[in-house]
Amino acid sequence: MIEFRDAVVRYHGAPSPAVNGVSLQCPAAQVTAVVGPNGSGKSTLVRVLLGRQPLAAGTLHVDGTDRRQLSQRALARLVAIVPQREEPAFPMTVREYVALGRLPHSGAWRAETPGDRDAVARALTRTGVEDLHARPTDELSGGEWQRVRVARALAQDAPALVLDEPTTFLDVGHEMALFELASTLARGGLAVLLVSHQLNLVARFADTMVLLERGRVAAAGPPDAVMSARVLEAVYEWPLVVIRDPASGAPAVVPLRRSPS
Amino acid sequence: MIAHRAWHWPAAVAVLLLAAALGIAFGTVRLSLAEVMAGAVGTGDPLHVTIVQALRGPRVLLAALVGAGLAMSGASLQGVLRNGLAEPYLLGVSGGAAVGAVLAYAAGYSGYGLLAVAAFAGSLTAVGATVLAARAAGHGARGDPRTLLMAGVVVGAFANAAIMIALANAPGNTVRSALWWMMGSASDATWATGAALALMLSVAGGALVAGARDIDALALGDEAAAALGVDVDRAAPRIYLLASLVAAATVAAVGLVGFVGLIVPHLVRAAGIRRHRALLLAAAIVGATLVIAADTVARVALPPAELPLGAVTAILGVPFFLAQLRRFRA
Repeated sequence: MIEFRDAVVRYHGAPSPAVNGVSLQCPAAQVTAVVGPNGSGKSTLVRVLLGRQPLAAGTLHVDGTDRRQLSQRALARLVAIVPQREEPAFPMTVREYVALGRLPHSGAWRAETPGDRDAVARALTRTGVEDLHARPTDELSGGEWQRVRVARALAQDAPALVLDEPTTFLDVGHEMALFELASTLARGGLAVLLVSHQLNLVARFADTMVLLERGRVAAAGPPDAVMSARVLEAVYEWPLVVIRDPASGAPAVVPLRRSPS
Repeated sequence: MIAHRAWHWPAAVAVLLLAAALGIAFGTVRLSLAEVMAGAVGTGDPLHVTIVQALRGPRVLLAALVGAGLAMSGASLQGVLRNGLAEPYLLGVSGGAAVGAVLAYAAGYSGYGLLAVAAFAGSLTAVGATVLAARAAGHGARGDPRTLLMAGVVVGAFANAAIMIALANAPGNTVRSALWWMMGSASDATWATGAALALMLSVAGGALVAGARDIDALALGDEAAAALGVDVDRAAPRIYLLASLVAAATVAAVGLVGFVGLIVPHLVRAAGIRRHRALLLAAAIVGATLVIAADTVARVALPPAELPLGAVTAILGVPFFLAQLRRFRA
């Protein structure tokens, strides 16, 4: 659904490329996770997808079409993106906010159609925020706000969903709920691309992990293959061990103290 | 959160029409509403016909258009710049217009048409300078809203300095005329001015309403707007320019009228309208009503003197605004 091939991105004035030859695929009905340290190029890939940053080399295809051939509006109908930051300048109700997800489908003079209302109602239900529909956006908790943002993206009715660091600032319960939601949506057929810092959670929920290091792919594949202590130690420059999570059986990273305590 | 109701729309239009009728009725010669109607269709006392058709009619129309334009301009800029303190003159419209008008006065021109052209040209020059300065500072064609705000402030300061230098050694009557112009007045209204402003408003204001979905998205931030299908680098500058064009046209017609463009969008949002297509249309109705009322007060408060329109809009608006302050969230 989303496919980067040998992608290179250079920021103006930066000495080295932020993304340097990255290839990755995000197929339908799977959770694909992009992980890596700060500054490894994860969010740059999202900026390229959004069209906020051009590719210096390589290609990006969305649903088989070159990204450069897609208008911004056409992209928004194919891929729903939840960027890291997003906040209404003026508060509105949750329902009004989620309905903004219909913008890529609406005309300049057209009123909300029954189809729009259905899509908004479905998005509110799937994210479990229908009870919040009349609440002002500036009175939501962090966890509620993240789910409402995902609802806004789902209202776009796109076959792919991109979540950029969706669980920053969330407690363990809300974090789990969001990963469960991403996993459920993928099982429902969506191509889900997850950019995250949460190695252990990603290892439990993702079908494929792509580990970036300084703009390059350090490892890619199923979590069992990517979660290797040797690779992760080198990428994160920190001593660690990989164990089996006793509850789920998934690989989990345990960072070590540098000085024995 | 307050939701607006369908009956608010006809009610607002009714209040606007009432304000227009009262604006025509009030003045040195007080007319009844029946006399206003008779004058409008050309029957009735010839003096009343002249007052309605040649004097107060065009003036009320002009006031309405100015209010509508400023309110739409302010609402658009507040949305795109994501800032509740944004107002129509922000990008240099007022300073540029004043420089244009003062230069015209200083050069000995005082005809209404030439002043309007000079003010309009001055506005657009200043807005161009602001947008180019912000673009030169980086952040792509959209510019960082904060950089744009700062560029607007700096261009405004430059314009103020230019006005002071131009007026420092100017003859007394030039200073007085220029100062009076800067305070805003609809007293020179003609049907032709009204028609010119109506044309500008229907084109540029219509384009703003047609692009209101982009403003909805841009008010969430650039990345969210891009995610919702908006070409940010094209949509944002287009809205800056359209909003400034509308503001410049009002300034060319009546001079500077503050407060309306800042406050009316907040009033409309507090009434529960948050999507920009409805917000712009409602702001136009409320802004028109407010400026008609302010212009009527400016004419009748201290006869035979006229008060500056810009001062009256603020004096009428501030208490109302303060009373509503707790309902505003920006």
